Amino acid sequence: MTTGMSTGAKPSTAIAGGGPSPAVAGADDVAPEDVASLQKITSVYVYEAPVRLWHWINALAIVVLAVTGYFIGSPPPAAAPGNTFDTFWFGYIRYAHFAAGYVLAVGFLGRIYWAIVGNHHARQLFYVALWSKKWWKEVLFELRWYFFLEKRPKKYVGHNPLAQFAMFFLFTLGVTFQIVTGFALYGEGLGEGSWADTLFGWVIPLFGGSMDVHTWHHLGMWWIMMFILTHVYVAIREDIMSRQSIVSTMISGTRTFKDDLPD
Amino acid sequence: MSQSIETFYEVMRRQGITRRSFLKFCSLTAAALGLGPAFAPKIANAMETKPRTPVIWVHGLECTCCSESFIRSAHPLVKDVVLSMISLDYDDTLMASAGHQAEAALQETIEKYKGNYILAVEGNPPLNEDGMYCIIGGKPFVEQLRHAAKDAKAIISWGACASYGCVQAAKPNPTRATPVHKVITDKPIIKVPGCPPIAEVMTGVITYMLTFDRMPELDRQGRPKMFYGQRIHDKCYRRPHFDAGQFVENWDDDAARRGECLYKMGCKGPTTYNACSTVRWNEGVSFPIQSGHGCIGCSEDGFWDNGPFYDRLAQVKQFGVEENADTLGRAAAAGVGGAIAVHAAVSALKRAQHKNEIKKGSSMSQGEE
Repeated sequence: MTTGMSTGAKPSTAIAGGGPSPAVAGADDVAPEDVASLQKITSVYVYEAPVRLWHWINALAIVVLAVTGYFIGSPPPAAAPGNTFDTFWFGYIRYAHFAAGYVLAVGFLGRIYWAIVGNHHARQLFYVALWSKKWWKEVLFELRWYFFLEKRPKKYVGHNPLAQFAMFFLFTLGVTFQIVTGFALYGEGLGEGSWADTLFGWVIPLFGGSMDVHTWHHLGMWWIMMFILTHVYVAIREDIMSRQSIVSTMISGTRTFKDDLPD
Repeated sequence: MSQSIETFYEVMRRQGITRRSFLKFCSLTAAALGLGPAFAPKIANAMETKPRTPVIWVHGLECTCCSESFIRSAHPLVKDVVLSMISLDYDDTLMASAGHQAEAALQETIEKYKGNYILAVEGNPPLNEDGMYCIIGGKPFVEQLRHAAKDAKAIISWGACASYGCVQAAKPNPTRATPVHKVITDKPIIKVPGCPPIAEVMTGVITYMLTFDRMPELDRQGRPKMFYGQRIHDKCYRRPHFDAGQFVENWDDDAARRGECLYKMGCKGPTTYNACSTVRWNEGVSFPIQSGHGCIGCSEDGFWDNGPFYDRLAQVKQFGVEENADTLGRAAAAGVGGAIAVHAAVSALKRAQHKNEIKKGSSMSQGEE
């Protein structure tokens, strides 16, 4: 897959001589050093459309879930007194939480389906190659990179092993935990024998009681908060400091590399 | 102890209860069990024809609040009936005999009704120090429990103690007080949790077992579904205030006077399965929330460890600190956030340094040219 950028970079050998190339002629802000730094850029199509769409829907659902979930634990200042049939303030907060919960859960199921039928990058979220020596070596390398012990990062088409590790343990397991505990609690409202109670009701005695599940579900929210903090920071940092695109990849699906060096 | 067991009806009549009152009791019990009107005569028939169920009622580590609740059952009949209804052959708190006589009565009942009696357990056995923290008749309670359970038809775990452990099993549980189902594993056990359970719930469970000759339908945790199928919150008369977001913020504020939702005051109604908001207490007079105090969740497993009673968020003790989920989560997120800030700063510095080196390198090479 070649993009306009890489074709645009092709005449770079011609530019080396000095004069402005036809590709950049007419552009006002082209300085000689810009031209000198032109490199051949390669790109790979990594995230297919369903993955990207899921990513952003999922992100939105998590924001709604976290905010409404926080308010369910610590309700905002009380609504004005008055007839209870006029107000459904807390009811709507809970409603938004449940609706976003359904979106997240259905999206997650769809994402699992796509891991099966999509390209192999779509599967990275659901496993870690703990058995592979090479994988551990790469994790170590990435750790060294994050501890500023490596000068030059490696190129990765999909997630690097450390990112995959964090994705799996913080995100995939975290969201699974939240879906299971969340629907267990939701089943309490739907009542005995409801689908949520039948599928997830066993979770409640497992933790001790309803209050314990509430507390763990709440801690799970903070677990995912920490994932989001790390995820956003690392995505931006890698976008700037690594040798490939990160943020735009989740929009266009294309991973572009900043250099054409083999390693 | 009589040789041939009387029926419940005979006992009631002997105690001067009219047939009219008896039938009232039957229909009331049918209603309490969530049964249709057609079941009232069935209950009456069972009580008229079936011999009373022999019950052995043992007491471990407990406060006797279950017994106290039981003998205050709402319907005027019940307090007379129920005690005579179940032929209570051994209850060291209520029986007249004491000491060796009492222990002999226990032994006699076990032998006479082998495999047919119900064992009602109030309280639980402590297991540390070979059970020495609770001695009944000179022996650890756990031994009496095992002995009486061996030939029982079924076991009723009265109250939070027998069902879950209650206060004596709260962390750090120095005596290793252990709920009945973790000591006796080979018998059907009905849990009737609560501290204490509602009297009508207790008599209801026994009446059901007598009428239908089987255990009531139990939920996953072994509680009768008819009384523990829903949370207090689900049937709370203050629920509309919860949905409206009208909460009491202080015990003496206007919202408290208006009787709004006690959720923010730590009411455990949303996480507690019990019949308080429907059956209520003291002949249906009231229940905690109706009296302006939140539910403390006394019929839930480990409710002493899910405190504080007056906060919505329970304290998390798993990590060796006593903080709620939010303070813990905020601290962790702040830690991660701080680490990120430092890392970002170092990254920026390193990058600037690296750029400088490149610049220097290129200017040096230019200089050499």
